Amino acid sequence: MRTTDLIPREFWRKIRDAGIDGYMVIVGLMIVITAVILALFAEFIAPYDPIQRVGPPVSPPSTQYLLGTDSIGRDVLSRLIYGTRTIMIVILISTVLSMSVGIPLGLISGYIGGKLDRLLSLIMDSIYAFPGLILAIAVAAVLGPGIYNTSISLAVVYIPTYFRMIRGHVLSLRETIFVEAARAIGAKDRRIMLKYILPNTLFIITVVFSLNVADAVLTEAGLSFLGLSVASPTPDWGFDLKNGQRYFLSGYWWPVTFPGIAIFLLALGFGLLGEGLNTILGKEEI
Amino acid sequence: MILETKDLKKYFPVTKSFIERLFTREMKYVKAIDGVSIDVRKGEILSLVGESGSGKTTLGKLVLRLIDPTDGRIIFDGRDITYLKGEELRRLRRHMQIIYQDPYASLNPRMKIGESIKDPLIIHNIASDQEAYKMVLNMLEKVGLTPSEHFYGLYPRSLSGGQRQRVAIARAMITNPKFVVADEPVSMIDVSLRASILDLMLRFKHDLHLSYLFITHDLAVSKYISDRIAVMYLAKIVELGDVYSIFKKPLHPYTQALISAIPVPYPRREKKLSLSGEIPSGIDIPPGCRFHPRCPFKMNICSEEEPTLRRIEEGHYVACFLHQ
Repeated sequence: MRTTDLIPREFWRKIRDAGIDGYMVIVGLMIVITAVILALFAEFIAPYDPIQRVGPPVSPPSTQYLLGTDSIGRDVLSRLIYGTRTIMIVILISTVLSMSVGIPLGLISGYIGGKLDRLLSLIMDSIYAFPGLILAIAVAAVLGPGIYNTSISLAVVYIPTYFRMIRGHVLSLRETIFVEAARAIGAKDRRIMLKYILPNTLFIITVVFSLNVADAVLTEAGLSFLGLSVASPTPDWGFDLKNGQRYFLSGYWWPVTFPGIAIFLLALGFGLLGEGLNTILGKEEI
Repeated sequence: MILETKDLKKYFPVTKSFIERLFTREMKYVKAIDGVSIDVRKGEILSLVGESGSGKTTLGKLVLRLIDPTDGRIIFDGRDITYLKGEELRRLRRHMQIIYQDPYASLNPRMKIGESIKDPLIIHNIASDQEAYKMVLNMLEKVGLTPSEHFYGLYPRSLSGGQRQRVAIARAMITNPKFVVADEPVSMIDVSLRASILDLMLRFKHDLHLSYLFITHDLAVSKYISDRIAVMYLAKIVELGDVYSIFKKPLHPYTQALISAIPVPYPRREKKLSLSGEIPSGIDIPPGCRFHPRCPFKMNICSEEEPTLRRIEEGHYVACFLHQ
């Protein structure tokens, strides 16, 4: 399958014609793509080693240290750039995990229905009832720190959103005429789910994905702020935020402000992308 | 005989509100099909005519086993398929197909039309991928979607309603079925294109020697295409006969009303038989003859006893006390 099948040319035309929603998508995409580039090429972009002392502690932003240095003399900018990698890896793994659990379960549960559906919905709803951050803290506290454990705890939080959205959509798709037509030509359940229903939930997955990720950025930052995410000295925005805030009252504003802005921007980027896509695609498909 | 139903019934349970459930244990049902016996002969087009809500579509889905019957028998090609399940039923589906009313809803919007048509071939292991591709191109040409290579790669959204219905017909015909249910296949098609779609279906009938159960609410269409007509009113067949005798001598008042509702090129000031009121719901079917509340020739017996389908002349049946 070519990529043009997944992202058809019409899609770009839609974005161009969508006005404010189109701009939201474009700005969001620009932020996200920047973050991806920073994460991929951190070695080439960052001016210093992020975990080495490279200058005097808390030196203010200057031409030598563009965003200043932190309390033990590490370059804030370099830590931000490498921190992008940390958060992107966590988000990538947690998204893959929650999608690969939430989507198939939602698909099967919605399509088959009956007792299985009731059981799965009950489990998912009870997970969903927890506030996201609290649940993530609980899971992370049990699993301990580390990139993979953080990813798992985030995944647990977001599985129910995929499940619920997919299941709801499958419930209505199951009743459509083209699905009945698929049964009429003798397609097996598996084929109906994979070839007739799943492709029609793609836009829902896209939207849930980008909205979840915006939320996940904040949750991850929250976890590491509380010291439950990756262990130091790995560069991590939430961790730097916590480290920096101790010196804020002494007038050293830069170690806390810049990680804060970075978290804000990335969450904003994914949020804009999600909201914009939601409006543009939602209008079309429903 | 390709298809035969014997006293087929389909009742849908009515969901009751919580309060109702507290006070009564009695289940209510919508009687969508209430004892229908029809037969479709090999190479024949049997039209099923009736108002919206008379149960035509339900009957079409029942005979294809897309929904399960409540009671009665379905015999397809000499084989009782009433309780056929799972893999056996799935295999049988290549011999019986359906064309839906709404060409905008019956095709998967995320599947190229070529793939949609090819899918039955792959599902039933009829041809390898390469052969199937060629068969699809061939079929696209047959239904008039040329150049076929171009149409193969299009998605349904870039096709018009008429073109989509051609795709739906192609998908139904690709497995060389013996029997096809056509559920109002032209009612959503632009009037100027109807004849060409009907002709296409007739051509397949001759080429493949297949039989149709042709569901329609339009007697004019059924006159054009069918060999025999079954008139349905509120879940039952009220009259059955070949096209000629139904139009020449309609016996049931309901059939007469339907025929007099067909617009004619040069209307004369004849008294038209018109019906008042709406078709009653399948929950509260009137006692006696189910047509009597709307019947202009109502007699006393009509509200007391239910007429049965009786043979009046060769191949012409009617359920009405006027003819017993």
